[in-house]
Amino acid sequence: MAERAALEELVRLQGERVRGLKQQKASAEQIEEEVAKLLKLKAQLGPDEGKQKFVLKTPKGTRDYSPRQMAVREKVFDVIISCFKRHGAEVIDTPVFELKETLTGKYGEDSKLIYDLKDQGGELLSLRYDLTVPFARYLAMNKLTNIKRYHIAKVYRRDNPAMTRGRYREFYQCDFDIAGQFDPMIPDAECLKIMCEILSSLQIGDFLVKVNDRRILDGMFAICGVPDSKFRTICSSVDKLDKVSWEEVKNEMVGEKGLAPEVADRIGDYVQQHGGVSLVEQLLQDPELSQNKQALEGLGDLKLLFEYLTLLGIADKISFDLSLARGLDYYTGVIYEAVLLQSPAQAGEEPLGVGSVAAGGRYDGLVGMFDPKGRKVPCVGLSIGVERIFSIVEQRLEAELLYKKNPKLLNQLQYCEEAGIPLVAIIGEQELKDGVIKLRSVASREEVDIRREDLVEEIKRRTSEPLCTC
Amino acid sequence: MPQLGLLHGRAWASLLGKLLRPPGAVCIGAVHSHSQGQRSMWVAEAVLVSQLKPHQEKSNFIIKTPKGTRDLTPQQMVVREKILDLVVSCFKRHGAKGLDTPAFELKEVLTEKYGEDSGLIYDLQDQGGELLSLRYDLTVPFARYLAMNKVKKMKRYHVGKVWRRESPTVVQGRYREFCQCDFDIAGQFDPMIPDAECLKIMCEILSGLQLGDFLIKVNDRRILDGMFAVCGVPESKFHTICSSIDKLGKMSWKDVRHEMVAKKGLAPEVADRIGDYVQCHGGVSLVEQMFQDPRLSQNKQALEGLGDLKLLFEYVTLFGIAEKISFDLSLARGLDYYTGVVYEAVLLPTPAQAEEEPLNVGSVAAGGRYDGLVGMFDPKGHKVPCVGLSIGVERIFSIVEQKMKTFGEKIRTTETQVFVASPQKNFLQERLKLIAELWDAGIKAELLYKNNPKLLTQLHYCENMGIPLVVIVGEQELKEGVIKLRSVASREEVAIKRENLVAEIQKRLSES
Repeated sequence: MAERAALEELVRLQGERVRGLKQQKASAEQIEEEVAKLLKLKAQLGPDEGKQKFVLKTPKGTRDYSPRQMAVREKVFDVIISCFKRHGAEVIDTPVFELKETLTGKYGEDSKLIYDLKDQGGELLSLRYDLTVPFARYLAMNKLTNIKRYHIAKVYRRDNPAMTRGRYREFYQCDFDIAGQFDPMIPDAECLKIMCEILSSLQIGDFLVKVNDRRILDGMFAICGVPDSKFRTICSSVDKLDKVSWEEVKNEMVGEKGLAPEVADRIGDYVQQHGGVSLVEQLLQDPELSQNKQALEGLGDLKLLFEYLTLLGIADKISFDLSLARGLDYYTGVIYEAVLLQSPAQAGEEPLGVGSVAAGGRYDGLVGMFDPKGRKVPCVGLSIGVERIFSIVEQRLEAELLYKKNPKLLNQLQYCEEAGIPLVAIIGEQELKDGVIKLRSVASREEVDIRREDLVEEIKRRTSEPLCTC
Repeated sequence: MPQLGLLHGRAWASLLGKLLRPPGAVCIGAVHSHSQGQRSMWVAEAVLVSQLKPHQEKSNFIIKTPKGTRDLTPQQMVVREKILDLVVSCFKRHGAKGLDTPAFELKEVLTEKYGEDSGLIYDLQDQGGELLSLRYDLTVPFARYLAMNKVKKMKRYHVGKVWRRESPTVVQGRYREFCQCDFDIAGQFDPMIPDAECLKIMCEILSGLQLGDFLIKVNDRRILDGMFAVCGVPESKFHTICSSIDKLGKMSWKDVRHEMVAKKGLAPEVADRIGDYVQCHGGVSLVEQMFQDPRLSQNKQALEGLGDLKLLFEYVTLFGIAEKISFDLSLARGLDYYTGVVYEAVLLPTPAQAEEEPLNVGSVAAGGRYDGLVGMFDPKGHKVPCVGLSIGVERIFSIVEQKMKTFGEKIRTTETQVFVASPQKNFLQERLKLIAELWDAGIKAELLYKNNPKLLTQLHYCENMGIPLVVIVGEQELKEGVIKLRSVASREEVAIKRENLVAEIQKRLSES
């Protein structure tokens, strides 16, 4: 031990000697000689000298937020929180870990992604996987029957980054939930209104909210002939329709999951449909679907929902989409997911799927799982995928910075503003490479990449709007 | 497990001390000397008993948060947010940028940074990947960040939770999960300027929070070490004597001396010499006095520390806060990594409180200089000197909560400004249309999730939630093209034209 310390001291001194020589601009041979001595000394210390001590990284799947990222985060949270407050929500906080048994049995297959704490002689603990189960635990523990609350905090999932590029293991969720027994679909409609307000205020581009209902899905599977035991697994295949083609999904269902081809075809007739309230009406008339009690319930609720969404002024953003299947086990009624249209081709950190920035639904059975007497508290809520939004906003700010650093482009943009020119088509190296043109709205400063061949049509479309709100 | 029974008063006190002592943490619970007697012993007993009880067997659910953690209710969150807003805006005012780090670090990052307290770190289970631990404070992650990003200068604040497997107690503020607000200045600068700014920040925050009178004790690691040396403390005992001295805030000198001599094997004369010093506290004149002290002035380290403190007092005088600062030779402060000035802010009890619990001193903020920590992370050992502070928000939080309870202050948990109501049936559609108009105009509004609520129910809701305004739409109003705007407090109602509603509401809200 003392030997090693002495050796380290020699290394240090020799290192200083070398530095000194370099500073004095001594002769090359002299420096070389001393450097050789230094390397010999270092070699004596051993190959992994000190390596264990210097682990300068954050754990896999986690990251620091630099001041710049904090500024973005703050801005985004401000928008989200003021929306939640505008709708009269209270805020709570829960511990970062729960008793292991609180989380057990709530997440289905995903349970293996939960971080456990080491058994250090006390209670067995796990890091929270989402904010919904802690919320249900909070309600049951405090015997609350109604509350409207939001909760913004980090959650933890041991996702395998190899499978899903860019996914973080520690990430923020912004949840808003309404718990309580109320007249149907009013709180559900408010959740959708909130999602639309937030996504509009954040100005991250056009979006669409897909809506479906667990009961419609289940009813549809039933009448198509899906065996009960295959419901869940067929559900997760159907859910992929936003990323892959129907052919691929059908192959998976038939080839991998053993579904009869006719059944798959019948499903295909339904799940490729999406539309407004007229689709709801149409399905209410569907000869087969209307035989199924569950599906009828779901359709009835969706009809009511669309009525309210129209009164709230957001019906044009909502699409009834029969392919929306949504992972989590605990949804019991309406489910929804907001996607950005023309999203940037970026593998985001979103746990909600490509292009998805917010999601939620109704889950009436969860609180009952915690209550000793099984008393139910119906809940409906939403979660904003802020990590995805952070990176979009960050990119935008970077782009702005880039423009500011390029005065020529800035001049051109300023000229447009002054001259009242509504659109700018920008082409640079990156765009050439990607085969796109950046189309920028001068008024809103929003930019999208348009494929070269679609450019003229897009410009025509935008400029033909009555007020040219490009 | 020790037998529960009649233990000698002092044994109780020391046992209690072990349970409640916060090694280096900011929050300090109340520990009473044996002479305070019955109540404190009862407290200690309750604590011990609850910890000795076997786990309740769970045939049915036990829904609870983990030991030492708690949920925060909406009322508590309002209080917390107010406090954090004040703290953060002070940090920002001093030019600090926000930073955030993950809740857990690689286990090796935290190893060997906390000395004896390392046993209190929460480890994550080995699930086949990296070995991880929950962060114990925000300072070590900061040092890791600086080294990792090769940052030489930075002024940052960080508000976040930390986790420690301490024995939670009935006494306020001692949790296993708690929030810290840290402010640190990293970088090689001219001496004592950033250190003085840290003290200024502490004063600004504590004054702003209006918690009553406070005092900031200041000392220096080098003075402490120098003092021990000249008193004859063997170097091997430095650390353990230090932690005895640290208890002077909660224990009397007699008890501390006894611990050092009887338990830690210190020679009585040495203990007495220490006593001569550590019972001193004062302003810059004490610094001058120590400079002249025949023994202390022989010690190089102590002289360095005293010199820096003299400079520090000069700066805090210019900052206008010198009267809040007390050079206190008993301030020892737990954590291993301090290398220079150390400080701790305590609330001064009111005369009434002082009578009840003379030694119940609550620490609400602390910090110091730690020049060697970043170097422990840098492969080449390059140092980045740092100085910083940590605000003990949990303690402050429970004080404010207590105050609000005492004064019966009612806290609104929502910010809703307008409630949308109707006295008649079948008006849900109109209410929805109306509320959307308000939301789109940025007005905070609510309605009941009922198709046909009674008017009285709706008005009661407003009163309970503290919502100031109601807009009422019914058949009459529809016909006339107006909305009734009602003040919940005064119950006065006025009819406003539908198209003027938003403007009128905004006017009223800006006036109130």
